[in-house]
Amino acid sequence: MKTLDKNKAYWKQNLRYLAILLSIWFLVSFGAGILFKETLDHIHLFGFPLGFWFAQQGAIVVFVLLIFIYVRLMNKLDKDYEFDED
Amino acid sequence: MSVQLWTYTFVGITFALYIGIAIWSRAGSTKEFYVAGSGVSPLANGMATAADWMSAASFISMAGLISFMGYDGAVYLMGWTGGYVLLALLLAPYLRKFGKFTVPDFIGERYYSKTARLVAVFAALLVSFTYVAGQMRGVGVVFSRFLEVDINTGVIIGMLIVLFYAVIGGMKGITYTQVAQYCVLIFAFMVPAIFISFQMTGNVIPQLGMGAKINDGSGLYLLEKLNNLSVELGFAEYTKGSKSTIDIFAITAALMVGTAGLPHVIVRFFTVKKVRDARKSAGLALLLIAILYTAAPAVAVFARTNLINTVSNQPYANMPEWFTNWEKTGLLGFEDKNGDGLIQYTANTQLNELTVDRDIMVLANPEIANLPAWVIALVAAGGLAAALSTAAGLLLVISSSISHDVIKSVINPRITEKQELIAARLSAVVAVVIAGYFGINPPGFVAAVVALAFGLAAASIFPAIVLGIFYKKMNKEGAVSGMVVGLLLMLFYMLKFKFGIFDEGKSGVVGLQSDWWFGISPEGFGSIAMLVNFAIAYIVCRFTAPPPDEVQEIVENIRIPSGAGDAHQAH
Repeated sequence: MKTLDKNKAYWKQNLRYLAILLSIWFLVSFGAGILFKETLDHIHLFGFPLGFWFAQQGAIVVFVLLIFIYVRLMNKLDKDYEFDED
Repeated sequence: MSVQLWTYTFVGITFALYIGIAIWSRAGSTKEFYVAGSGVSPLANGMATAADWMSAASFISMAGLISFMGYDGAVYLMGWTGGYVLLALLLAPYLRKFGKFTVPDFIGERYYSKTARLVAVFAALLVSFTYVAGQMRGVGVVFSRFLEVDINTGVIIGMLIVLFYAVIGGMKGITYTQVAQYCVLIFAFMVPAIFISFQMTGNVIPQLGMGAKINDGSGLYLLEKLNNLSVELGFAEYTKGSKSTIDIFAITAALMVGTAGLPHVIVRFFTVKKVRDARKSAGLALLLIAILYTAAPAVAVFARTNLINTVSNQPYANMPEWFTNWEKTGLLGFEDKNGDGLIQYTANTQLNELTVDRDIMVLANPEIANLPAWVIALVAAGGLAAALSTAAGLLLVISSSISHDVIKSVINPRITEKQELIAARLSAVVAVVIAGYFGINPPGFVAAVVALAFGLAAASIFPAIVLGIFYKKMNKEGAVSGMVVGLLLMLFYMLKFKFGIFDEGKSGVVGLQSDWWFGISPEGFGSIAMLVNFAIAYIVCRFTAPPPDEVQEIVENIRIPSGAGDAHQAH
């Protein structure tokens, strides 16, 4: 593969990952924690109304997971395209 | 041992530690001074970023704020963590690849323009100064309550400590002291949280204790109990909140984007060795931050329930010692309006007899829960660690903006490395003195301008960087006009709706609420200003010349983690 095409393909795949991960980021915080909070509050998780839980704890937990998933995906992608720095 | 003796011991030991680290990690070059020689490990950078980020506001004020806001407190919890996802995915890896020293460096070179650089410097300075004043004040409050020195003396002691390690060590010294400060502050936050969680719910993990049943034999979940108590006193249900959905949405968005655009956070990712380290350390930073941020809402619930149970309808004469201690600081007040000797705490302002400053909820929490003296002292050391670590990070941004972006890049590019290092140290001294001045004479609007800082960062720096990376054709005309319009719009909205400058002054601000654009508060307006910045930048860019080829090549280059040189050879 030519370098330019290779760079483009790598970037495209990166953008695809970003689109998926940021959609999840939006859904758990602005979605579950804000827009659908009232509806989700009818469901209870131990003592937590679910929407309230997403807004005050759940979204944060998902944020952490999202970054680590991104790290793994990108490390793999770097390797596949031989862009890793070692 | 008494609380005070314990406090002197903890504060003494931690301060000695910070000074020791500063002497061990002196900076010898500008690269060490600005970015710790770009040799920091991902874990160390994660810890340093977490300490850098969690300020006196996170440690002292946030749980207290949430305990009075209930559900609405989520704007801080999600807003101040969600930005790290944006940082890790959209900014940090590319800025690390770009590999310079400061945020204005990137904006100046990407947009091939001194104007762009200076606008970025202005935004960085404005954001950092408003922020640092609040930290110095936090140091003063902790000193005055726990060590019983005058607030101003407290500020001066704090100034001297920061001055010492920021000036000697630069970013290198700051990084390793922040690592130590993270350990101190997280330990200090979690120990009382664990104690209280166990006391109230029998669960040692505060994050879970928040959703557990309360131990008072009622068989109710803690949150149900608190909802009932709140309604009894005339407040909204704790898990409901009272802000409008659109405002919650806008504030959360503004805080997230503002977080990702804060120069003192971004610059931490210049200090790691590799692009992959930048990604990883962003993940570690958020993990370490999340420990406190998921415990804070639990602490808020514990503190609120404890406070109501301890004071509501109880005789003032029976109040424990902490009550009078905090009354002396003016942060807690009781006025027996109906003269019955009982404390009436209610949402009705005419009948309410108790005023509680939000800041004392975390500081007084261990005392309210009757925890041992050493735990109370630990909280003081933690509050100081949180305030000092953030102050140091901000001072570095201020000093590097002046020495590197103004003196070296614009005024006199010919100064030597050695002269630049001296300039950096001198700028740090001046910055500490100014910050200290604001700490001693706090402008009455500190709390208000912190919200402004996030809005400004969201309206200016964030869009410029994101467009610089993701939109190759963005040119200097677009970026500069976007930043300027975004900044001005944000300033206008704050001045109008937060300070009432164009109407009848601060007293009229409440009456202006109905005029808020789209019902969005000044705190949330950063998200609108950011959208306007993006739109203006795009439109202007379409009608002006595209950026030069070599700039477009820079953009291609930062998108790929490695092999910039290799890519060229392969042609």
